[in-house]
Amino acid sequence: MQTITCECGHSNPYGTSLCQACGKPLENDVEVLSSMRYEGSARRSQTYKKTIVDHIWNFFSSVRVGVWLIVIILVAAAIGTIFPQETFIPPNVDPASHYESEYGTLGLIYYLLGFHNLYGSWWFIILLGMLGLSIIIASLDRGIPLYKALKTQRVTRHDQFMKNQRLFSVSKEVEIEEVKYTLESLRYKVREENGNLFAEKGRFSRWGAYVNHVGLIIFLTGGMLRFFPGMYVDDVLWVREGEKASIPGTKSDEGQYYLENNEFILEMYDKEEKKFNSALSSVDGEVAKNYQSNVTLYKTEPNHTIGEEPELIKVKDGEIRVNEPFKFDSFALYQTDFKLNEFNKMSFELEEKSTGKKFGKLTVDLHEPEKKYDLGNGYRVEIEEYFPNFILNEQKQPSTINNLPDNPAFVFSMYSPQTPKGEKAFVGIQKNIEAGENKFKMSFAGIETKDLTALTVRKDHTLWIIALGGIIFMIGVTQGLYWNYRRIWIKQNQEEVWAAAHTNKNWYGLKKDLEFLADKSNLMPLADKEVNSK
Amino acid sequence: MKKKRFWFRSALLAILVIAIGYTIYNSIYEDSGTYIKKGDKAPNFVLTDLNGNRVELEDYRGKGVFLNFWGTWCKPCEREMPYMQRQYETYKKQGVEILAVNVSETNVSVKNFADRYRLSFPIPMDKQREVTKAYGIGPIPTTILIDKNGKVVGRTSESLSEEKIISFMEKIKP
Amino acid sequence: MAQISSTLLYSAFMIYLFSTLFFAMSISDKKRSEAAHTKKWGKIGFISACIGFAAQLGYFITRWIASGHAPVSNLFEFTTFFGMMMVLAFIILYAIYRMNGLGVFAMPVALLVIAYASMFPRDISPLIPALQSDWLKIHVTTAALGEGILAISFVSGLIYLIRTVDQSVSTKKTKWLEVILYSLISIVGFIIVSMAFNGAGYEAKYEIMNEKNQAVEVVYEMPAIAGPANGAKLDDAFGPLFSTPSWMNGVDASKKLNTFIWSLLAGAILYGLLRLILRKRIAAALQPKVNMNSDLLDEISYRAVAIGFPIFTLGALVFAMIWAQQAWSRFWGWDPKEVWALITFLFYAAFLHLRLSRGWHGEKSAWLCVLGFWIITFNLIAVNLVLVGLHSYA
Repeated sequence: MQTITCECGHSNPYGTSLCQACGKPLENDVEVLSSMRYEGSARRSQTYKKTIVDHIWNFFSSVRVGVWLIVIILVAAAIGTIFPQETFIPPNVDPASHYESEYGTLGLIYYLLGFHNLYGSWWFIILLGMLGLSIIIASLDRGIPLYKALKTQRVTRHDQFMKNQRLFSVSKEVEIEEVKYTLESLRYKVREENGNLFAEKGRFSRWGAYVNHVGLIIFLTGGMLRFFPGMYVDDVLWVREGEKASIPGTKSDEGQYYLENNEFILEMYDKEEKKFNSALSSVDGEVAKNYQSNVTLYKTEPNHTIGEEPELIKVKDGEIRVNEPFKFDSFALYQTDFKLNEFNKMSFELEEKSTGKKFGKLTVDLHEPEKKYDLGNGYRVEIEEYFPNFILNEQKQPSTINNLPDNPAFVFSMYSPQTPKGEKAFVGIQKNIEAGENKFKMSFAGIETKDLTALTVRKDHTLWIIALGGIIFMIGVTQGLYWNYRRIWIKQNQEEVWAAAHTNKNWYGLKKDLEFLADKSNLMPLADKEVNSK
Repeated sequence: MKKKRFWFRSALLAILVIAIGYTIYNSIYEDSGTYIKKGDKAPNFVLTDLNGNRVELEDYRGKGVFLNFWGTWCKPCEREMPYMQRQYETYKKQGVEILAVNVSETNVSVKNFADRYRLSFPIPMDKQREVTKAYGIGPIPTTILIDKNGKVVGRTSESLSEEKIISFMEKIKP
Repeated sequence: MAQISSTLLYSAFMIYLFSTLFFAMSISDKKRSEAAHTKKWGKIGFISACIGFAAQLGYFITRWIASGHAPVSNLFEFTTFFGMMMVLAFIILYAIYRMNGLGVFAMPVALLVIAYASMFPRDISPLIPALQSDWLKIHVTTAALGEGILAISFVSGLIYLIRTVDQSVSTKKTKWLEVILYSLISIVGFIIVSMAFNGAGYEAKYEIMNEKNQAVEVVYEMPAIAGPANGAKLDDAFGPLFSTPSWMNGVDASKKLNTFIWSLLAGAILYGLLRLILRKRIAAALQPKVNMNSDLLDEISYRAVAIGFPIFTLGALVFAMIWAQQAWSRFWGWDPKEVWALITFLFYAAFLHLRLSRGWHGEKSAWLCVLGFWIITFNLIAVNLVLVGLHSYA
């Protein structure tokens, strides 16, 4: 490996701009301000340019590339907010036509380019991955040499190094002990060597950037793990009041969990309540105060066979509200939606049209109607057809939209001693169509409803990794941005005393330290070359 | 030194590329998380069919099982039913069984439907959607192919043509 | 209590106004920048900023007591709080750097923000279930403080640009600088137009179909330039000159667009008048007034980012994620507001890298600070008003 040997005897890796021991500029001796960014150490990637692997490595090592990646991700993320993402458009619509019909040609282009699912697209994930790569490589390439450089720095620096600092002064007749004492009183760590001083404060802040990058990498790893099987469950569970349902994602071989919905509660704000009076009177509808499900959690024995009537053991009761999920094992249930007054049972009476006389009542369970209802004395009703959510289809035939009893309709056959062959009628909500001239009809006699609650079922084994990453990131950012690394060098040069100072940020603070120092000793105030040059 | 550097860099890059690649793969087949997919063991279940008979998946071990999830209101399900019936008649003798699990509908509706299409294969009634949930069924129809060892060898949510059904039958024929 | 609260807010507003004037006195060049004069007026300005802040804090506390929840739950409350946090950020940075000129610009920007806030409905509104959480106050206040501090970096960057951009010739830079000043003036335009039409009691009614296909009445408080998409006018009021594109979401989308257009128009008129009076670019007219140390300005704008960035990240991303996990069962859902918080984060991350690793100091850095504030305001205003999402409560 090529090395550069400095006149102080220290041998530096190729690419070094300031000698890692004494600080002498190695590339040129011209009087410019030294770039202290990484202590003038060689960025490792710059050192080797051999194989293809090195080339890739060098590419990702560049901060310029990293910033470009940030900017590209930023722009892509912004594009994704122009129109709603696919997950936010109404369910059961075809995205292909939805974007065009809602947002016109622009919407169509948006859809065709795949921006409707931008954040889950392969190229967005690749961008994030490349950013991760860039963070890792750039940190390795800079962090390690910086660590070495700061660790090996000497007290006595080269004259040229001193002169090239932004803050510099030459004084005479300075009491070094006085300077040392003052610096220590400012809580600098001071080292002495042959009458020269090196004072530093807040070195740990230089590690902030690397600490926060570690945090980011952990965070991204957590985000990546979410895609791995078994780490993550996201499902929705609808339960009717008074019913039990198995919780998706919980395994039958370990004992399946069941949830019973005891009650769903919906509370509204009282319009008369004084403090919100003016706000509530200006909105049309009511404002919700609380969505709540009172539930009971059950568990089956292990090795429960799916579908078999479960033998349930009660685990616990709970209340689920928005912002107050219900937790068990590694699962959490969140209140997400509800449906009020779903039709559950419908009652009818068999009525003789001419007399209005009634021959018994039947109650149809809309989730499981009987085939036959015997009303006694030779009267009975049969259900020929049942449409839970009635609609006339394209062929003008009665059919059902789905299996939810939102608009129930029936074809009844009514039998009586007078009409042993039976009479048919189509009965729905506010519909009664007879096949021919009937003697009897089904008259509506009441309805029972139930509320439903919808709960999001969530298991997320990646949370702790994400949280850890977040904490480390915040520590790193704070460490790096709220503290700064200040250094002051004092060197005796024959009759003179040279002073130079550097900080990675907050020059204002450093200057205040130096003013205080100049005040307390004979040291000349350090001049700021950047200000003078303007 | 140079060798070491090369291997270190190559290894790190490779790990990251594989991790990103696998993430993308999983994000494309996002359904794979909790759902039963190709290669898994088909979880056993017990249901009562339309005629009141107990149907347990494990009893079909040794046979290929064409496990279809459907509903009477779903048009694509309706389209593939006659094909399924016809191929059932052919392949039943060759050891392939069709289980057409109905997703949470009423006996009245399903009975009418089954009569209309003269369906003779068992129709297990998943009233509580227990099996539907355990198999992670999203859109219907979804067909899961189980081989004679009880292993899932295929899963699709498309509406099937008769040719497709035949090829599936051939695949799971013991 | 609610009455005391609004009185306090009004007083705070007036005190801020005076504080601005005092700071302006301190840098006025009539007395040839005597140190004593500058120091005296700077001190008075600073003290009045502190008193104003105390008054606004009083507003915040009394409103909290009156409503029973932290008053950061709708656009009025949040935007007011954001203004308050800007003042706090200014107080902190002034305490460090003692720069009077900063006050001359920071205080009016905070004033504009608070005045803008007061144009939204000011009623004390009840909390919907999603907002009933301690994280409401934790998340929103921290995010607002972060944004307030970042706003100071904008102010400082803006002064830097006014100070250093060469005004002797018309360049791209001078034009963009005018655009920035024009957009600030447009906020003034918005306030004037709102107050004028409000005072005149203007109203025009339209009937439109909402998402559920129900007919809803939309009341315009300003003459309609942009009418509702597929709306029917119910009276013989002015306009509309064109209808709002249908992809803009929500019942009030067209109203918001209309208000926006009016603000830009009013801003344009005000700007035009100013140009007529000054007979030169506004930045050129301001340049001799802002005779400040440009290095110090650069440092303040960077320092503000350095202080504000971690706070913003903590409030707008970390706390936001914790709350989202609790309320919506996922810590991240690519909701537009979330995405724009991420964009803000990425932007300032890029800024820090450019500055620390690539040496973007001075003018480049100042332009970035201005752009960063544009992103923050976009997230504050446009995302709530234009893009739909889970955060559009107000």
